Amino acid sequence: MIKVNGENRDGFAGKTLSELLCGLGYKELYIAVELNGDIVKKDSYGAVILKDGDCLEVVSFVGGG
Amino acid sequence: MKDTWKLGNHEFTSRFILGSGKYSLDLIKAAVENAGAQIITLALRRAATGNVANILDYIPKGVTLLPNTSGARNAEEAVRIARLAREVGCGDFIKIECIRDSKYLLPDNYETAKATEILAKEGFVVMPYMYPDLNAARDMVNAGAACVMPLGAPIGTNKGLATKEFIKILIEEIDLPVIVDAGIGKPSQACEAMEMGAAAVMANTAIATAGDVPAMAEAFRYAIAAGRAAYLAGTGRVLETGAAASSPLTGFLAD
Repeated sequence: MIKVNGENRDGFAGKTLSELLCGLGYKELYIAVELNGDIVKKDSYGAVILKDGDCLEVVSFVGGG
Repeated sequence: MKDTWKLGNHEFTSRFILGSGKYSLDLIKAAVENAGAQIITLALRRAATGNVANILDYIPKGVTLLPNTSGARNAEEAVRIARLAREVGCGDFIKIECIRDSKYLLPDNYETAKATEILAKEGFVVMPYMYPDLNAARDMVNAGAACVMPLGAPIGTNKGLATKEFIKILIEEIDLPVIVDAGIGKPSQACEAMEMGAAAVMANTAIATAGDVPAMAEAFRYAIAAGRAAYLAGTGRVLETGAAASSPLTGFLAD
């Protein structure tokens, strides 16, 4: 199980971060990702292999002051 | 000569920093254009999944994006948000907000200075939102800030320049651009801030809660330009007592 923005997601252990992002419908162009508290560079999404218990934060811009 | 100002190595002609919160994405383009804004603020939040509209698609090209660290309660959280914002890939600007008072949303100057120091060292163009305290503003300067952003009144209140006298002190004493941020509710208040010598004004709620968002953005543009022109012209003196006729005191018809 992998936690993505506070929600548990099954089926992504052993897959790449790119596969998870694509599978869940995130657009890589607009986002930044933290894996277990560390930022993952955009060009590494395809190389990072996820493991059970990983915790991801996926963020993007919204309107704000 | 062109009247420009700088944040770090970046030069701007517009002195209106526009917020993008609390109004429709469909109005952003018109608001930016009517405002003549070259800088727009954004917030960073957990991303939505699926085919949802992204604000970046609505901001005209060439406009500088200024992410804020809203949601941060201390320096550590602000630094985390800033690093993530930069990783989205839209530049090095960051507006620091460190707020742990949820009623008045007042910035914590001490935590803000700490975040400023860390992020300036990492190459960010750091724009600290702060309570207008001269000592704290000096701390921001020493920490490597590109400007200071004192509040006129608490965020979102539209109460205007409640802190006017203290912002004047910052304008006098701080060599970096002083940008009045938060509380500005009407074009006349933005104009007054510019007449005082502020380098720029940031507004969001005043526009977002107006009857006509793009039209109010335009009204602010004119007010800010008028205030700047008045500052450059040098405002006339004030007579403490009496009066001074504007018309000649000779040649009256009764003479």
